[in-house]
Amino acid sequence: MEGLFFYAFSGFAVIGALALVAFKNPVSSAMSMVASFLGLAALFISLNAYFVGIIQILVYAGAIMVLFVFIIMLLDLKAEERKTKYNPLFLVGGVFIPLVFLIQLCGILPHVPNAEPEPLHLKESARYFYDQEKEASKEEQSEIHKSLSKGDLPDVNLIGLTMFGHKGDNETIKTPGYNFPLQIVGVLLLVATVGVVALSLRKKTTGEPEPGDPDSRSEP
Amino acid sequence: MASLQEYLFVSGLLFAIGLAGVLVRRNIIVIFMCLELMLSAANLTLVAFSRFNTGPDGLPDYNGQVLVFFIITVAAAEVAVGLAIIVALYRARQTVDVEDLTSMRG
Repeated sequence: MEGLFFYAFSGFAVIGALALVAFKNPVSSAMSMVASFLGLAALFISLNAYFVGIIQILVYAGAIMVLFVFIIMLLDLKAEERKTKYNPLFLVGGVFIPLVFLIQLCGILPHVPNAEPEPLHLKESARYFYDQEKEASKEEQSEIHKSLSKGDLPDVNLIGLTMFGHKGDNETIKTPGYNFPLQIVGVLLLVATVGVVALSLRKKTTGEPEPGDPDSRSEP
Repeated sequence: MASLQEYLFVSGLLFAIGLAGVLVRRNIIVIFMCLELMLSAANLTLVAFSRFNTGPDGLPDYNGQVLVFFIITVAAAEVAVGLAIIVALYRARQTVDVEDLTSMRG
């Protein structure tokens, strides 16, 4: 049954990706990109990565797709037609290079251990997160221990534990955490925001609006 | 459940389709969408390895999923900056066809 879902959703993702490349209208391409990302999010969820799957839907299928469709509508690309003749060299290269990549992939895949995933024994994993200092009451144990004892996978808490590290004497979490990379990513987002504002600023030299300026087109 | 090879093959297939789209298409916005597809295909590889490498506690290796989180963040920033560049390019040139944008060709 799970295998059936795997084939259904991976087929969904691959067909969406093919449609993304094949459609001529950019809006159709954006919609098939969403279909492909939804299939991919389902694959993430089938790999017990629930948080990443939800983030994939929210960020890609929500925010990024809206941004793409907004820009397509803003630039009014519907009438974009092929004016010049299509160069067949691009088509040959575009089929040949990914094909070489796929052949290489098929060459390397037999050397990957073809293992079924180990089933997650959540209740046995719970004892790794048992805090002995708080032995007195069951309510004081960590959220991870409580969820694992109930048989749920608290993957948001586990990702948080991996990202921010752990100061106690928990044997299973040895990573120092990703506090510094997280702050670097925050700076990156700030720089991107400032960069976008700087890129879309208009020149102050007032005069005739540029003919192809999409913002000034509808003005009388 | 499906095996590791099948997940890696789907990921490679999506990456190859994205690469083909980058090479074949001429609309710069569609090229950008194909780039996003390639990034997501790499994410699938990371999540698959995370699930198939269970640690001593019997849980998936969450370092891979943290990396996916960072990749998604960087991809969102990349989309914002890239689309701003495309809009600026369209203002200057009134086209999104890469064959008309040849002023940097040597």
